Amino acid sequence: MTKFNALKAFALVAGLLLSTGAIAQEEASLPHSGTDLTDKGSLQRGAKYFMSYCSGCHSMKYLRYSRMGDDLGLTEQDVQDHLNLSGSKYGDHIIASMTPEMAKLAFNKEPPDLSVIARVRGSDWIYAYLKSFYLDESRPVGWNNTVFPNASMPNPLWELQGLQHPVYGKADATGERPVERLEVSQPGSLKPQEFDQVARDITAFLEYAGEPAGLVRPALGVWVLAFLALFTFLAWLLKKEYWKDVH
Amino acid sequence: MSNILTRTADNVMDWVNARAPNLMPTYRKHMTEYYAPKNFNVWYYFGSLALLVLVNQIVTGIFLTMHYKPSAAEAFDSVEYIMRDVDWGWLIRYMHSTGASLFFIVVYLHMFRGLMYGSYKKPRELVWLLGMVIYLVLMAEAFMGYVLPWGQMSFWGAKVIISLFGAIPVIGTDLTQWIMGDYIPSDATLNRFFALHVIALPIVLLLLVVLHLGALHEVGSNNPDGVEIKKGPKGNRWSPSAPTDSIPFHPYYTLKDLVGVGFFLMFAAFVIFFIPNFGGLFLEHDNFTVANPLVTPAHIKPVWYFTPYYAMLRVVPSFFGIKLWGVLVMFGAIVMLFLVPWLDRSPVKSFRYRGKLSWFMLLLFALCFVWLAKIGGGPGTDPKEAIVGRILTGLYFVFFLTMPIWTKIDKTKPVPERVTTHD
Repeated sequence: MTKFNALKAFALVAGLLLSTGAIAQEEASLPHSGTDLTDKGSLQRGAKYFMSYCSGCHSMKYLRYSRMGDDLGLTEQDVQDHLNLSGSKYGDHIIASMTPEMAKLAFNKEPPDLSVIARVRGSDWIYAYLKSFYLDESRPVGWNNTVFPNASMPNPLWELQGLQHPVYGKADATGERPVERLEVSQPGSLKPQEFDQVARDITAFLEYAGEPAGLVRPALGVWVLAFLALFTFLAWLLKKEYWKDVH
Repeated sequence: MSNILTRTADNVMDWVNARAPNLMPTYRKHMTEYYAPKNFNVWYYFGSLALLVLVNQIVTGIFLTMHYKPSAAEAFDSVEYIMRDVDWGWLIRYMHSTGASLFFIVVYLHMFRGLMYGSYKKPRELVWLLGMVIYLVLMAEAFMGYVLPWGQMSFWGAKVIISLFGAIPVIGTDLTQWIMGDYIPSDATLNRFFALHVIALPIVLLLLVVLHLGALHEVGSNNPDGVEIKKGPKGNRWSPSAPTDSIPFHPYYTLKDLVGVGFFLMFAAFVIFFIPNFGGLFLEHDNFTVANPLVTPAHIKPVWYFTPYYAMLRVVPSFFGIKLWGVLVMFGAIVMLFLVPWLDRSPVKSFRYRGKLSWFMLLLFALCFVWLAKIGGGPGTDPKEAIVGRILTGLYFVFFLTMPIWTKIDKTKPVPERVTTHD
């Protein structure tokens, strides 16, 4: 086997290993969320929506107000006046106003902490979830969700999105009629495209909150790779120089 | 000025050498006067890269230990604390988590190299055996490390893997409780796994690596041609007694490996800085939910590097009401690797000089391993997949159990007297 064949065999095995990785990836069917973590405006709006519509029930116990301010380019004054609605100190973690006891009374279950939810579900899932609430009188709070069937959560954004009703498809083998699509039966204060952007902003904020380092990581990575490329080139030159001895 | 410096350095060296006269000879034996074949190809990078990753795991591990809390109540929080509040904590953690997966990539390629060039054949059986023990300890080390973040997959993965020991007749149940220190994975389990992960197993690994290299340097490295350079002509520009086809490990292979290190670090950095989760393979989505003994995740699966064996465990049915078969097959799959030096009856080492049948079997084996990895990483709900998995598991064993036959009957090509190429 020549050197060329060794490389070929190597590429084959490496390719096999990597392809298993590609195959193992899931979540093919959800539409792309289109979030952009480099868009500070989107993150700031997402933070505002989160504080107004989500943080009443959901905590974000691993994120501090101060860290959020620093990362999103906001001053302490901005955060304390507009985002910190619970009256916490600037260095505090973001904790829901609703106590767990109250939450259990209202929803029969404690709303989950959302610090790392984007790492569990992925941003595409969250984006789809936020847009997929519909009215369902069979549910205790009157709401259901096509992305997360029988979720206990009512739609906090209904005033913006409007009310959605399900359109059912044909009955399947079990006699159940699956929800085919959702239709807005009573418009909200925003146009559909405007609401998509709201959902995208919230998703982007949750993505940031799941990994604050994600804001600096790629930019730093470019420099690291550039350094390593230079290092490898110099190492190769040095190797070539020494290996002149080898015949 | 430089005169004073060199004189001081020389004096210090003389002082040390007078008191430790074996130090420099030992260094020379393993570095500047370790004569390795001059025809190593790209496959020979992975040994030194495995050593590099081991050092990375130890160094980043030390820093993680400074901030991590090994208790069921605090472990998950402390990992998020490292990711958010510790300066550069996210980088150290990603270096460690990515390092774990890269360790297995490098080790699997290193093992495949050994299979391809017959590096386990006489006189290198001991090198192979020690390497296999390293692989076993590495699997235990990785498994216990994976439990430490105390996410859902940490907990349920631990529960499944530990429960395998429960399949052993008579002592099974007591054994699993002894391992966990409880009836389920709990604070006690997490604490002891932490101790084993950061102290016991790393010490064992380091010792085994020293023995692996020591055993290698006694017999000398194999090469892509499988030619014993020690049996060839003697004498080259570095030593009159060294094999002619050899070069000193240092500086030639240290510098060549440095180039390999550069390429490897670029790949590692790309993962760490751009895709640290690697699509849910290196860091799994479900493990960002804190461990909850009351909620069973929809799909319990180990990290990618264990999935070939996990697939075997899952697809083997229980016969006569005994569940043990899957466990036996899984451990048997690893035992097979230990036996390779004695299963291979081919008169030549390297696959370069073996026939088409040997190549077919080797690639079939690689295909089985990768395909089983894919099945083991999936949800395991497709009954067709279980049948495919059984066939692949069967072929995996066929590769090893019929090795004495196909290595014997396969036509070999004449092996050259001397090594052929170098790059």
